[in-house]
Amino acid sequence: MPETITTDRSSGNSTDTGAANVQHMSMQQALNRALDEVLAENPKTVIFGEDCGRLGGVFRITDGLQAKHGEERVFDTPLAESGILGMSVGLAMAGFHPIPEVQFDGFAYPAINQIVCQIARMNYRSRGTLPMPITLRVPSFGGIRAPEHHGESLEALFAHVPGLKVVSPSNPHDAYHLLKYAATRPDPVIFMEPKSRYWQKGPVDVASAAQRPTHDAGVDDGGSLTGARVVREGRHLTLVAWGAMVSRCLQVAELAAEDGIDVEVLDLRWLKPIDADALARSVGKTRRAVVVHEAPLTSGLGAEVAQLITQSCFATLKAPVERVTGFDVPYPSGDLEDEYIPNIDRILFGIQRVLEYRRG
Amino acid sequence: MTTEPVLAAVDDDAAPLTHHQLRELYTLMAAVRHLDSSAVAWQRQGIIPGYAPELGQEAAQVGSGYAVDRTRDFVFPTYREMGVARAMGLDMVGYMSTHKATWHGGMYNPLESRFAPIQAVVAGSVLHAVGWAHGQTLSGAPEMGVAMTYFGDGASSQGDVHEAMNFAAVMKAPVVFFIQNNGWAISVPTERQVAGGSVAARAAGYGIPSLQIDGNDVVAVFEATRSAFAHCRAGNGPVVIEAMTYRRGPHSTADDPGRYRTLEEERLDGGEDPLERFKQRLLAEGVADAAFFAEAQRAAEDEEEAIRAGIADLGPRPGAEMFSLVFQEPTPALQSQATSWREESEHA
Repeated sequence: MPETITTDRSSGNSTDTGAANVQHMSMQQALNRALDEVLAENPKTVIFGEDCGRLGGVFRITDGLQAKHGEERVFDTPLAESGILGMSVGLAMAGFHPIPEVQFDGFAYPAINQIVCQIARMNYRSRGTLPMPITLRVPSFGGIRAPEHHGESLEALFAHVPGLKVVSPSNPHDAYHLLKYAATRPDPVIFMEPKSRYWQKGPVDVASAAQRPTHDAGVDDGGSLTGARVVREGRHLTLVAWGAMVSRCLQVAELAAEDGIDVEVLDLRWLKPIDADALARSVGKTRRAVVVHEAPLTSGLGAEVAQLITQSCFATLKAPVERVTGFDVPYPSGDLEDEYIPNIDRILFGIQRVLEYRRG
Repeated sequence: MTTEPVLAAVDDDAAPLTHHQLRELYTLMAAVRHLDSSAVAWQRQGIIPGYAPELGQEAAQVGSGYAVDRTRDFVFPTYREMGVARAMGLDMVGYMSTHKATWHGGMYNPLESRFAPIQAVVAGSVLHAVGWAHGQTLSGAPEMGVAMTYFGDGASSQGDVHEAMNFAAVMKAPVVFFIQNNGWAISVPTERQVAGGSVAARAAGYGIPSLQIDGNDVVAVFEATRSAFAHCRAGNGPVVIEAMTYRRGPHSTADDPGRYRTLEEERLDGGEDPLERFKQRLLAEGVADAAFFAEAQRAAEDEEEAIRAGIADLGPRPGAEMFSLVFQEPTPALQSQATSWREESEHA
């Protein structure tokens, strides 16, 4: 059954957080603020890509940054993704911290040589003398009724490449902190922004990376920016998701609770490296897991997650790890998008399969 | 063939080369010629698994590399720039280690040598040069460094070369695009590779000044490169140099040119040997004598022996480097794989 992605019901709001540093903002605003602060804090940071200067990006993530930080720090490039990413390599070699943008995920393909053969390998090739502190921002995944090539799920492709790290935030708070963290690392990070979540608002504690407790779970991870996060605690099974699917899984958990099913939701956040310990902790407790992602099923990250769970929890698992994913088809256009992206019903069916599994 | 001076700036220091410099250029060319032909022999002897010879391109490589100022410039090579590396004074054991398959990018430090790692995806590093050069503009250093990127007529077919020239021209980046047109992209001749008459001709489409030069004349190559560097340093943006030369040997030690050209064609198309041609000039001008050439040859042989010994002494790299050099901050998964590898390979 098609449904649109709605605002997180469980991520809190400005009235129940209270702290002076907590502000209510959209993910777009959180990302914009993070970039603004990174530019201010590190004079070697440069932001560039198509339309990210005067226009402020087609999603306005770089809005106002050129006016504030100057045309040398935030600039438009010719329309050529290989050029943008290849240029990033040279800038990194010259001591800069480039934060390039490809306008849409599907446009990363023309730059794949620069990403895979150059950015990912230069540190290795040069025996650590030419680090590639590049944060590649990629508006990612579907859910906005976009035409072909404007919605893709490239996480498995990127995560499979040695030399790259991959992260995807699911809410404004993490978007702010993870981007600031990524943009100060010495290794290349592919930063996958869930574009369907750009305009959803939530609380952002700019002073602390620790996520504030959700109203019903009391979850606080202490502020780690390197691993996964339990965004809702539960006893009966774990839903593993990232990006836009986290919010949908939280919705599913609310609905399942009405039937007495207590669902834990684990936001993986880092898709490389994957937080295997967090998977083991959560599924070790719930003993059942369903992985949810928008990318096609075959060779997707769901298989990797399932294997990591099997390795740590095989003896206590009550059912095989289930996957609810996109299908092995090209990302469909808007009208078919809701049939492709895991919806609430398909995720509930996945939960049902796991709960009703009986050993043959 | 003539150099077409169309650059906006000239080097104030562009004095004619001194006799000492001319002799130095010859010494470098002789060293490169001997090391290059020796490397082919090393491959036949099993010392190295493969090599990409540059026989006939010594003038193009030494002449251009000689113009590089290692205190501020940066060179982005492909895999056939041994002569440039030598002219820039690189540690040649470190350089040759790539051809020994010791490490993909060589055992030299690119930040110290100002010579980026060898690049097999031709044209991939042309964009890196533009990025590095734009970094010089952003840094606003008074003594602007220039990026020089090498590629061939074959690589000029890659889309990245278009993107690089376009970016460089739009951003007025201080880049010298140095094309060694050696007539062949493995088996495909230039006329089946390059549309539009020449690679240099394409520069006009980007508004970049270009020089098509005799790549077998080391002095012409040096002077053109020096002018191009001056043009870039003065803030005038990029320059395209197309050095017309000839790859006298195979593409690599695995190649068989007999499948696509005859010895007679090689002899006619190759023209005059750039090393012999320069020798005759130095003799005719009284810059050097027979004793000098004998000494240059002896120095080249000594150097090759030292490099060969250095290569032979290069043991295999410690396996742990496979894991420790992927990231600046290794991932837990990679550390775990390194641990497993160590336990299983050492039967612990």
